[in-house]
This record gives sequence, C-alpha cells and structure tokens, in this order.
Amino acid sequence: MLHIPLLRRGEPYKSLDVVRVVHHRTREPFVEISQANAGLIRRDLAGQERARAALAAFSVRELIEMSVRAAEIFAHDELPVGEETQTPDAYVEQVSATTGLPFVMARRNMEKIRGALAQMENVLRGLTRNLDLEILDRGYGEIEGQAVSFFPRAESLGVVLPSNSPGVHSLWVPAVALKIPLVLKPGGAEPWTPYRIVQAFMKAGVPREAFGYYPTGHGGAAEILRHTGRGIVFGDVASVSQWQEDGRVEVHGPGYSKVVIGDDLADEWEDHLDVIAASILDNGGRSCVNASGVWVSRHADEIAEALAARFAEIVPRAAEDEAAQLAPFADARVAARISQVIDQGLLEAGARDVTAGRRGREGARLREWDSCAYLLPTVVRCDAPSHALANREFLFPFASVVEVGQDELPQSLGASLVVTAITRDEGLIAKLLASPHVDRLNVGAIPTTRISWDQPHEGNLFEHLYARRAFQRAAATATTTTRT
Amino acid sequence: MLDGETNKLETQVRQARESLDAQVKEARAALDAHVREIVEWHFNSETGCPFWLDYASRLSWNPRRDVKTYEDLARFGFFQDEHLRGGPVRRWVPRAYSDRPVYVFETGGSTGVPKSRINIEDFRLDYEAFSHTLPDEAFPKGADWLAVGPSGPRRLRLAVEHLAQYRGGICFMVDLDPRWVIKLLKSNQSKQAEAYKQHVVEQALTLLRAHDGIRCLFTTPKLLEALCEKVSLRKLGITGVFCGGTEMTPQFHRFAVEELLDGVHFAPTYGNTLMGLAVGKPRLPEDNYAIIYYPPAPRAMIEVVNPDSPDTLVGYGETGRVCLTTLTREFFMPRFLERDEAEREPPYLPYAWDGVRNVRPFAKLETNVVEGVY
Repeated sequence: MLHIPLLRRGEPYKSLDVVRVVHHRTREPFVEISQANAGLIRRDLAGQERARAALAAFSVRELIEMSVRAAEIFAHDELPVGEETQTPDAYVEQVSATTGLPFVMARRNMEKIRGALAQMENVLRGLTRNLDLEILDRGYGEIEGQAVSFFPRAESLGVVLPSNSPGVHSLWVPAVALKIPLVLKPGGAEPWTPYRIVQAFMKAGVPREAFGYYPTGHGGAAEILRHTGRGIVFGDVASVSQWQEDGRVEVHGPGYSKVVIGDDLADEWEDHLDVIAASILDNGGRSCVNASGVWVSRHADEIAEALAARFAEIVPRAAEDEAAQLAPFADARVAARISQVIDQGLLEAGARDVTAGRRGREGARLREWDSCAYLLPTVVRCDAPSHALANREFLFPFASVVEVGQDELPQSLGASLVVTAITRDEGLIAKLLASPHVDRLNVGAIPTTRISWDQPHEGNLFEHLYARRAFQRAAATATTTTRT
Repeated sequence: MLDGETNKLETQVRQARESLDAQVKEARAALDAHVREIVEWHFNSETGCPFWLDYASRLSWNPRRDVKTYEDLARFGFFQDEHLRGGPVRRWVPRAYSDRPVYVFETGGSTGVPKSRINIEDFRLDYEAFSHTLPDEAFPKGADWLAVGPSGPRRLRLAVEHLAQYRGGICFMVDLDPRWVIKLLKSNQSKQAEAYKQHVVEQALTLLRAHDGIRCLFTTPKLLEALCEKVSLRKLGITGVFCGGTEMTPQFHRFAVEELLDGVHFAPTYGNTLMGLAVGKPRLPEDNYAIIYYPPAPRAMIEVVNPDSPDTLVGYGETGRVCLTTLTREFFMPRFLERDEAEREPPYLPYAWDGVRNVRPFAKLETNVVEGVY
C-alpha cells in the first residue's frame, strides 16, 4: 500500500504509528500515513532557527521565482509520494479517493493552487500593499521618503490543515516567499496536497529544511501551534475554540458566508440567481467561501423556490464525470448525522426544507448512490434570523434563505467570512464596510467563491507573519554598514 | 544446505518447540493449582473477604468445590469494576489479614469516584519479582533512583520506592497530579498544563544535578520527553529508565531509544493497580519496537478476547479486548474487561503463557457532526 511518510526538515521519516485511510467508495484501505508523536514534533521544532536561516539566505525575489517554478512543477511534474511517484492525474485520483471530491473539482482546486504559486508576486503585492519587497531582505527601507522596517514575528508558521477542499492550501503557500518556514499538519483525509506542494517547492530549489510535514492527532497539532511563533488552524467550531484567544494563531472556523440582497435590488432577484446558486454550489459546497445563507428583505419565498428548482436537477455522478457537482461523504455516518441535525432544526417552527418536495419519490436528503452517501443540495426557508437553521454551515450545498429587514443588517448577519452584497444602496454598503463581522466584502454580483489574488483572504498572511517596527538610522552608521 | 545440517536444524527446532510446549503445559498446571488455592482462600469464611463471601452466599454453586481450573473462573462471568467504586473498602480485606496494616490505592478518578484496591504486601511482591527482570548494569544495585510521575493515591509511589529499596537504593520523588492535568486540559488551559509540566521537570532536574548517586529513573512517557528536551540523561549519569504509567506506542518506544536516551537502557512496563506489573519482553529487531508484555503469572493473567464475544480468545497476532484476572491472597478479580485493546502474543520463555502486544485504548468509533466545512 502507498505510504506517506513524515517530512522532518524535508527528509522522509517512516513512523511506526500509521493511520490507514480508506477509499470513499470501496471502503478498502487506500493509503497508509505515518503519524508523528508529539515529542518528535517538539524535538524538531527546537531547531527552527536553522530552517529560517536557510530560507533567509535567499532574497524574496529569488523565492518568488522558485514559487513560480513550483507552480508548474506542482501542476505538471511527476513528484515523489513516499517511496513512489505521483503524476498530476494520480494526484487528482488520490485526492478524490480519500475525500470523495470529484476529479473535476480536484482539478479546479489544483489549478487554484497553481495560480496562487504562479501569481506569487501579485499575491505578495496584495498582502503587503505594494511594499518594495527588497525591504524584507534588508529589514528596512523607505516608502515615499519615510523609513520603514519590518521584522518576522516567528521562526516558522505552523498550519493545522483541513480535508475539505485542496484550494484552501493556496492560503499558506506565500509564507515561503516571505521567508517563513512551514510546519504543516495535513488533514486526516487529505494528506496529498500539502505533500505535493512541498515536493514542488523543493524541486524548485527551496531548501528542504524549510518544510516540516507532520500527520498527527490533536495532541501533535496542538504542539505545532504552541511551538511555532505563528500559526493558522482550520477546524470545526469545537476544535478551534481553544485557539480563539491566542493572538499568535489565526483561526479559520466555519465561514458562514452569505449573499445579501439590498432593498433596492430585491425585486431584481431573478437577475442574480446565477450568482447566488454558484455561491452555494461551487466546489460541491465544501469551501468556507461557499454561501450558506441568502439574506433578503423581500421575495424570500420565490428565491428559495427558484434555487430549489435549480438544485433539484443536481444528482450524484461518478467521480470521473466532468459534470459532477456533488461530492460524496468519505464517512457515510457523517452524512447521516448532518441530515439528522437539519431535520431536528426543521422541527422548530419557522423553517421548511424547500428542496424536500422536489427530490423525487422519498424526498430524502441523504442519498446512497454507487455505494456512496451523498447529501443532496438543500435550501431551507427561515422566517427569521433567530431560527436555529438560519446561520449554519455544513459540508455540502446548504443554504438558508432568510427574510430580514434591511434595518437589521448587518448586525443580524453574525460573523461572515464573505458577504456578497447585491445592492447599490450606499447606506447599506457603508454599514457593511464598517462592520467588524464582515471579513471579505464583494459589492455587486460577484459569487462569494470568487478569489482575487491581490486581495488578502481571511486575515492577511503578511501582517500575521511580519510586524513593523519604529526605525531610525544615522547617516554615518548607514555608510559604515554599507562598506562592510 | 547439506541434508545432515537440515536434519540437525529441524531437530533443534522440534526440540525447542517440545520444550516450550512442555513449559506451557507446566505453567498451566501451576496456574490451575494456584487458582484452586486462591479460590479456596477467598471463599473460605476463615480467610476470605466479606465481598466474595457475600457474593458466594448468593450463588447456586460453590466456588470452593466447583472451580478447579483457570477456565472454571468463567463461572463468575465478568468482573464489574463498579464494585470497586465507593465503600466500604474493608469489604475487600481478607479476614485472614484483618489485623494487618492496609493500604488503599486508586485508579481513575479524573471524574467521579475512583476505583479502589486494598493492598498489604502485593505491591512489594510484584515489584520484587519485577526487580529480578531488570539488568544490573542498567539499574545498578545500590544506586539511587528518581521517580517523576503520579504518586498520591497511586500504587506507583510506594511501589517504585520499594523497588529502589529492594535493590539497595534510595528513591527521590517528584510528584505529578494527573487529575489536575486532565482538568486543565479539559478546560482549555493548556498553558497552565504546560507550566505545571515544566514545574515538575524543573524539580526533577534540580534533584538530578544535586545528587550524583541517582542512576535510575522512573517516569512516564510524556515526562521522559520533557526531561530529555532539557538535558542528556546519560550526561547526568542515568543508566536505566523504567517507563510506564500511561499508554506507550511502538513509535514512542523507537523515538525514546533512537533520539531521546542516547544509549541509556529503556525498560517499558505495563501495569495497573488492579492487576500488578507486567514485564516487557526484551527488545528484538524483529519486533520492530512493538511493546510486548507478559503478566506476572500465576498472580495475574492477561488474555486478549473477542470484544463481541468475550468468552472467546482471539488467535495469536489478532486484535482483541484486554481481559485481566488477578489471583493473589489479597485480591481476587476474575475476568475484568479492560478499556484497552491489544494483539495476543504467544508465550516467550521464560514466560510460558500469553502476552499482549501494543496495548492501547479501544479504537473510538463515535462520530460527531461538525459545524462548518472543515
């Protein structure tokens, strides 16, 4: 069986503790993954300064060039995976095997990662607001005649990764060009993408010691976040809660992303149905940027019915099918429990499953097809924002359509990773701009799922990794230093 | 290979197998005799404890008459550990020992009432037997010890100290309260838990630096890691580490040997308050750092049973639930199904009875609904 080792400062290490992950359809063991014990992780992290020194020996410019090379290597080369090799097609099949993601979505995510790497210069310009990147090499410089100096807040970045969708990995890849080594804990069902990205970086010339790859349990993940100077954690509500108050760790919990239609354009809702549907449905509803709510002051019933009519046409398809829009659950029990939670929510007055009546004979949300468990797209019409199902997020295309007065916006939205505001009402736009709960704002008919490389997403990685210090330098000192 | 050499090898293999079979049979006979003695002791109104005498009074059969072999213990069904929670604890003291000083040791107790087991001499007997399995070059006679780990109501505190004394040494102690650590972790106070661990480690390092005579260390896996992150135990004069108290994985075993201990002898153990102390099989390359234990038969037995039909043993190498039986004059506990799983291991001389490989908590099968896409 294929075995994925740890990477300790870039070197493979086969652990005696292994986890076998099954193929989502056959339920047969598909890959064996080495597991790192917590003490081993701590021991490796004792030498973080060496990894940082290895990266800092390159200029940001050189590391951007390596990232650009890594983009093509990631997308096109046959790369090591354990003691075997992996073609791009094999990578797509393997991601699909353990996560259920259809090939077409895996390929789209692969392209997203390739894009993030290939556009590294633009990405950094967006993150740093066009900072002269040589300032990061020297540690200081000038912006419009003003002295500036930045210093790294950490010797490395620890990232506890999810399994939901590979595109999420485009978020941490700029760390390499920012000269910060990576300590990665892959998601249990998706070891493939971070491993392949690391292999691509190494082949592109980035020093091996800049990479730690540690599949591990909760205890090991916590060690990574505790012992790296800066961290990012992806997880469900329960697993990220302990990091909420730790300023060193950027927490990526549920997105609760939403489409909001202003009073001014509510009557034109039909013109925007494509954007709304795409926001809910893209990538099988598996991203934190997928909309899980449509909030509108009028026409909620019609919008819910129109979405339900569209979603009724979506059916499970084979992983290889280019038209696949749904991903099966790797663990059928999880699908069953999610469906139960929704059904329990529907018992509370004020909500109804608009899609139920359109799902054929049984109306069942949970569908078994080709030995796999699927949750069919679900639209719930909620009468009020306070309903238990009004603001929920699940790992499939699920959205609540909530009728809410515009005067209640944005305060009733709650924390929302992405808000697409379909409105021209400057008052509403100003309120959304001022809201601390809206992380990313799209004004106009832009799907919540559309990423712009020059915009930071869910926190600014540069600001997470670097801080600015006050800096002054006497002219004589500068001359002396330049000479040496 | 020449035919003569083949024949010679085959003969040696056959003789070794016959010898092992004979010793297994002998050990089984000794176990059956021991079972009869222990059942007679605990169910005799002159010597037995109130719990088992009361239990027997409600049976339709007579343990003293009907239990003749180890297999006959199946008539008791499976021991319920709830019997050990709460009092009166004196119901477990055999009448023959009613005038002896009694210790009580606890297990569990992070939440709720811990399980209690009375002790008089058992912990000393268990650790004296264990002492004979320790290599003198790694655990020198007369050397002093340092025990860093759970003490308080646990058997380890007195047991490790007795082990040191039995080997002619003096035992220094640093305490760690695992119930407090669990409470901190459950309430998301991981920084406090870390600070507490460092507090324990600093005390241990102070003692190691101040007392040159300490050569032997008892500690738990996590504390061993924490100690080795600060110092080289070898450079501080430690020659042997006796490690236990919590679950240990083959990967930890390998990590300790390859990366933490710098050549210091490593003796992993599996023990608990209810059973006693199991001895680790010497490390062999073919075992690939698997942690293999043998119970101190006939005083205790470990079986690996089918979780769905626990009356049946699993085959050698197969995974099952750990079933403990304790057979001492102080404590009789027939067939207690532990919350652990392991592989069943064949006899390995001098242990002519079953062992267990890689004991670990039961695989968790529950799934929860997560909020969000991650």
